[in-house]
Amino acid sequence: MNELLLEIKNERLSFFTPAGEVKALNDVSFSMKQGEVLGIVGESGSGKSVTAYSIMGITAHPGRLIGGEIHFNGHRIDLLNEKELRKIRGNEVSIIFQDPMTSLNPVYTIGNQICEVLILHTHCSKKVARQKAVDLLTLVGINEPERRVKQYPHELSGGMRQRVMIAIALACEPKLLIADEPTTALDVTIQAQILELMMDLKKKLGMSIIMITHDLGIVSSMCEKIAVMYAGKIVEYGTIDDIFYNPCHEYTKGLLNSIPKLTEVEHEPLVPIEGTPVDMLNPPAGCPFAPRCKSCMQICLTTMPDYTYLSDDHYSACWLLQKKEFETQQEDK
Amino acid sequence: MGKLVEVQNLKQYFRVGGSLFRKQYIKAVDDVSFYIGKGETLGLVGESGCGKTTTGRALLRLYEPTGGKILYDGIDITHAKMQPYRRKMQIVFQDPYASLDPRMTVGDIVGEPLDIHKLSDSKKDRTDKIIAMLERVGLNSEHANRYPHEFSGGQRQRIGIARALAVDPEFIVCDEPISALDVSIQAQVINMFEKLQDEMGLTYLFIAHDLSVVKHISDRIGVMYLGRMVELANSYELTFHNVHPYTRSLISAIPIPDPRINRARHRIILQGDVPSPLHPPSGCNFRTRCPYATAICSEQEPEFREVGANHFAACHNLDKVPKA
Amino acid sequence: MNDRKANPLSMQLDVSDFLPASDSEKQSLVIMRDSVGFWRDGFHRLRKNNIAMISLVVIVIVLILAFIVPSFYPYDYAQQIRGSENLFPMTYSKAEQANIDSGVSVFPHFLGTDNLGRDLSIQIMMGSRISLLVGIGASAIILLIGSLYGAIAGYFGGRADLIMMRIVDMIYTVPDLLIIILLIATLRVPLTALSNNNPAFKWVNTVGVGLICIFIVFGLLYWVGMARIVRSQVLTLKEQEYVTAARALGASSSRIIRNHLLKNCIGILIVTTTLQIPAAIFTESFLSFIGLGVAAPMPSLGSLAASALGAISSFPHRLLAPSLMISMIILSLNLFGDGLRDAFDPKLKK
Repeated sequence: MNELLLEIKNERLSFFTPAGEVKALNDVSFSMKQGEVLGIVGESGSGKSVTAYSIMGITAHPGRLIGGEIHFNGHRIDLLNEKELRKIRGNEVSIIFQDPMTSLNPVYTIGNQICEVLILHTHCSKKVARQKAVDLLTLVGINEPERRVKQYPHELSGGMRQRVMIAIALACEPKLLIADEPTTALDVTIQAQILELMMDLKKKLGMSIIMITHDLGIVSSMCEKIAVMYAGKIVEYGTIDDIFYNPCHEYTKGLLNSIPKLTEVEHEPLVPIEGTPVDMLNPPAGCPFAPRCKSCMQICLTTMPDYTYLSDDHYSACWLLQKKEFETQQEDK
Repeated sequence: MGKLVEVQNLKQYFRVGGSLFRKQYIKAVDDVSFYIGKGETLGLVGESGCGKTTTGRALLRLYEPTGGKILYDGIDITHAKMQPYRRKMQIVFQDPYASLDPRMTVGDIVGEPLDIHKLSDSKKDRTDKIIAMLERVGLNSEHANRYPHEFSGGQRQRIGIARALAVDPEFIVCDEPISALDVSIQAQVINMFEKLQDEMGLTYLFIAHDLSVVKHISDRIGVMYLGRMVELANSYELTFHNVHPYTRSLISAIPIPDPRINRARHRIILQGDVPSPLHPPSGCNFRTRCPYATAICSEQEPEFREVGANHFAACHNLDKVPKA
Repeated sequence: MNDRKANPLSMQLDVSDFLPASDSEKQSLVIMRDSVGFWRDGFHRLRKNNIAMISLVVIVIVLILAFIVPSFYPYDYAQQIRGSENLFPMTYSKAEQANIDSGVSVFPHFLGTDNLGRDLSIQIMMGSRISLLVGIGASAIILLIGSLYGAIAGYFGGRADLIMMRIVDMIYTVPDLLIIILLIATLRVPLTALSNNNPAFKWVNTVGVGLICIFIVFGLLYWVGMARIVRSQVLTLKEQEYVTAARALGASSSRIIRNHLLKNCIGILIVTTTLQIPAAIFTESFLSFIGLGVAAPMPSLGSLAASALGAISSFPHRLLAPSLMISMIILSLNLFGDGLRDAFDPKLKK
């Protein structure tokens, strides 16, 4: 149980577009144990979805892995070819996407789409697959599964479609489920249902989940560990208590201060993060957050900071932390 | 505080097919009444299909209302010619990518309202006014010659706001203005809305699906479900002392970015899906998902009445709902 | 991963590195990319398209030949040179040869002459001029009528749209060539009389009844294709939020159609018009070929081809030249139009 399910070391990934090289991932490293729920938080352009897709090897063209290692469940993902990757996708690792409307094929029944995955990986008969599909629909909380299994995606509501996506993803009982903004397109009350379903299923099947989102509320209710990404780099990683109650990166702190809180009684003004998100075609040298950081120092403009460890499970890439260490070392002299 | 905008029994139905004799309608807005005081911010929340966006646009007469009355500063504008009112009532849209004409420069986009209402005396005056507007929203004069696609989402939203402000309006409908923006930019834009309200004495109708944001910026909040308003109260009351079961479960469903609170929270998870707006349930349209529904809920539509100091709700069984 | 604690001293840091950075220093890192407009982007793509560029060069050459060269050309299209009938390309008649030998310079007949001694090159050039004028003129009429009609139908929708589009459907079913022929037959006598009696209408005879009828019919019938295209564009565009925004600002319908809808259709308008020109040229050539187009002696590529048919075995160059010219004009315009469409098609942009 203590073995690492997923380990990513120094991953670098770029998109070679006609406009130039977009360095989507710039030295990303993290790991996950079996049964953990990891949240990857970031905004558009942070690289959170790109990281997830690279684990499954479905990075879109013109993206390419240009460095690093990806170890998943004993496989070296970065070294496998397409044929070997296909055996793993849907089988050991699955993904559910943001928009269930476009992720389901409108011309096939949902039963058909669930059976497709089952037959592909387990080579069972159609009859067995059909029965399993009905069982899966029950598992994800869709009532009247025998009737639903013959329906087409457009006959279901958004919440139901997302449940079907989850059913397809779980069909082969994967070890890792990647959820890429699974509830962004859903209403709040439906979102609560889906998130509750995912936690139930995690308990029942013992699988690990990577939850990719920009919503700090979701990660605080679902995840155990959080990686905060900005401009292709993990700027802070820690347990949820660490991140929410002891954040050390200016970006994390800025995010927490800038979201309006439902529970506040007095009207506290929001403290926004100034500036605009990074243009990934022309990222600044040095720390990518520097232009927006209120504690920016000279060195932040020129050099990328190393990771500083505040504990075994909590680290961050910021020169302010290095400064503290530097000052303590100077005092010791 | 005088009423600037008032809506009485507003109905907005849209025809959707059906044969010649059995016309089918979507009752996007079904008998909604509220008012907004001068200088106030009224928030409107609800999930998809509740009719909040339609209400905002119907207020501006971007649709022709099917029924009810719209009053602006005491004058009935339900069927009036809108041209003079377009200067006083403006709108900021949700999608910063679609609401700006991609073929116009930023300067022309902000200058269009000035041209339509003939608000500038000379070319120089027009340029001065445009630059002043851009600077007010945090952009600068060199942005005026660029095209929308060269800007980020947050900046485009600012351009949209500058356009709405160019006519010096009194009332602005903010139609989900921050939903399409990154989290770190949302706070900037929210702060800007508040600053502009203070500086220019604006009145807002703030429409959003994110209750945390609406609570932050609004004085009063109205909750809508399937075309009807279910509860209306000031922000504090609605968040902490709400009475309607839908409001209760809506707030309960919102994930709070605070792990300790989450662990201690009791969540009400509603079962089932939102009913189709083509076939809303009879009587109270929330009854199919309501944990407190009784027989009367399917027979009679609940009356939207005052249940506390300036606190309105529409429910037959308020006494059954435990105190918040 | 456990011993990644960086040793600050190993990086040669010093205290000044930790001084705060000023706002201007931070801002200098955020540079806005160069302004690239829609047109510049499109032209850039167009320039990269080799076929389109070659077609453009051909079009320019044809334009020069059709409009500029004839003013300097020593021969006139109606000039009949006795003794120089049916000359092959680059040959001379006996009389001309004698002139050359005696030192008088004779401008060569690049493409030979026809059966009445008229230089073929100048005829081809003038014929191209007619074709291009007809093509461009007809396309302009189609553009004007079609885009306005389509924009109004698309914007107002409802019953107006229904009626307008049914009219379009009806016009589509009318056989155009038949109407042209009927019109010519009907209008020939009155128009010739008009031209003979009224000095202001003298040009009618030179241009020919046929050509006038072609323009009338284009104005009456051919704009429907453009109208349909513009209408479907407008139907999509008017749902865009910036149109709603313009309405909320108080813009009038004409303002919206002018500034927002048609402006955003310009790409499609240009492409469709460019592709309309060769179609019009072809129609004119065909009509001239069957004798219903431009009146003699004004040459048209079609009529030149028609008169050369009889002599095809003995003087093939007289048929080859105009046919090749028509093909070249139409092909280069089509390829250029395709190139324009590829360059400005918004779907290809990110």
